[in-house]
Amino acid sequence: MNAKRKNELKKFATRIRIETMKEFKASGFGHIGGALSMVDLLSVLYSGIMKIDPQRPDWDGRDRLVISKGHAGPSLYATLALKGYFPLNWLVTLNKPHTRLPSHCDRTKTPGVDMTTGALGQGISTALGMALGFKLDGKDNRVYVVLGDGECDEGQIWEGALFSAHHQLDNLIVFVDNNGKQLDGYTDDVLKLGDLAAKFAEFGWAAQTVDGGDIEQIESAIETAKETKGKPSCLVLKTIKGAGIKEFEEMQANHHIILSAEMADKALKDLNDLMNALNEEVVV
Amino acid sequence: MAYSIIYNGSDEKQTHKEVFGKTMVELADADPDVICLDADLMNSSGLVKFAASHPMRAINCGIQEANMIGVAAGLSAVGKKPYAHSFGPFASRRCFDQVFLSVAYSQNSVRIIGSDAGVTAAYNGGTHMPFEDMALMRAVPGSTVIDITDAVMLRAILKSVKDRPGLTYIRSTRKSFKAVFGEGSEFEIGKGILLRDGKDAAVIASGLLVGEAMQAAEVLEKEGISLRVVNMFTVKPLDQELVIKCAQETGAIVVAENHNVIGGLCSAVADVIVRTCPIPMEFVGVNDEFGEVGPQDYLMQRFGLTAAAIVEKVKAVLGRKRTE
Repeated sequence: MNAKRKNELKKFATRIRIETMKEFKASGFGHIGGALSMVDLLSVLYSGIMKIDPQRPDWDGRDRLVISKGHAGPSLYATLALKGYFPLNWLVTLNKPHTRLPSHCDRTKTPGVDMTTGALGQGISTALGMALGFKLDGKDNRVYVVLGDGECDEGQIWEGALFSAHHQLDNLIVFVDNNGKQLDGYTDDVLKLGDLAAKFAEFGWAAQTVDGGDIEQIESAIETAKETKGKPSCLVLKTIKGAGIKEFEEMQANHHIILSAEMADKALKDLNDLMNALNEEVVV
Repeated sequence: MAYSIIYNGSDEKQTHKEVFGKTMVELADADPDVICLDADLMNSSGLVKFAASHPMRAINCGIQEANMIGVAAGLSAVGKKPYAHSFGPFASRRCFDQVFLSVAYSQNSVRIIGSDAGVTAAYNGGTHMPFEDMALMRAVPGSTVIDITDAVMLRAILKSVKDRPGLTYIRSTRKSFKAVFGEGSEFEIGKGILLRDGKDAAVIASGLLVGEAMQAAEVLEKEGISLRVVNMFTVKPLDQELVIKCAQETGAIVVAENHNVIGGLCSAVADVIVRTCPIPMEFVGVNDEFGEVGPQDYLMQRFGLTAAAIVEKVKAVLGRKRTE
């Protein structure tokens, strides 16, 4: 990845974080930690990795993205708005009556949302149904899935893991947003997950562990996954819950945060400062 | 809706298992988007025949019903027409949240076939005996719930729901019931069928209990009681108009189903009656009990799912009709 693209992707990630924080500022609360931890991934996916057309959200030829950790919807909505799927001014309607942006992803409400999720564990199965459908039709669409690490407590994830490997779904790329925390605390304290990449590998997947805050590493791992034939790929992304905003990263209980206007303004100021610094970077 | 009634008390000549496999092959021959999923029960369901003729479109998910329903929902999202089978308890309560969210709430279209309805689970016993599957499926907004009468209906319904949007739950048996409809009969979902007219009381029945209701009507006729028999194979959306008509014209209703009286056809009919035309009603169904193991005829006696039970309830409701 050249320095120019890296700077662009970092700026896009920062813009996603800014718009995400505007959503949460307007609602006053939300699943902030887990929405922020997958932002760097979203920046990469929506910058040339996924085959999409924001003007035609229902285009058959598009790749699909399933945010199986459906509560992270707000950062996906920020990304979609920035890509032009719908106006940016929708973002402040998050969770308000008649909104098209509910807390959890809903394919029937939001342009660009490919699958409804919310009860954890279910997104992997719907995603691999789509991947299987594309395979049966000989189509080259890919399906991307984002799982939470806490979500991997669900047995359905491992049902899906067996199924995907059996059906050799190499058009499926699953990311685990491994931020190490779930609602009640650290995943190690609530229910030990062990080595997730080793587990997926044992299930027959091509698994990699990647620094989920490093845009260059994410993109390179996806390129490797795309070239992998005969098996599905899993990228375990080592991330930070609340990533990109120091106060939230350091907060102990940061799954669902009640947000004061001051906290939101401070976060937005820091993000805007970062944006200015990225704009000033000398890139050749 | 063109159907013929051939009921004479005889059993069907073909099993629902044979008809299920054969019909799915025909459907897949005609439509390349038809896909069958099963959870390691293809040998039991009759889908082995389908797997032999359409191996790429026969998805054996292994013993994972939750994943199977999610995969079916995902297939629907990319334009496929999935039919997913398991035994009734596993096709409903085992994967209920996936049915609710990945299928119905997400507006995907999946046809779920739950075999071994109620006491037809027989020797598999209480663990495998769904008396609650229709209650669960009815509770999902916008769902369609069908309790199959015979193999002729199974075949027709499998075909007619191919392009039906949303969640469709089809409840059947792998064995055979009484033959009720003539070959080639067609049915309109949401419309009950008047099988036999009568003026003193009406029995509204579904599934296994339709044959029993016809038998009960014959017994009662000999005693001078005229029983109307309605086949309410679509438990949801219910044919409210026909229910109200029966209430108004006969003044006494017995509902009969191979299911718990809580949440199934009995509840559905009572819900209409109590709001529109309150009259005496009686239920023939399982009275809030779990299933148990045994031959089907024993279980029908044990849970009171027989023509004799219907006769008794009709007499009871007629007594109330005269006094209330």
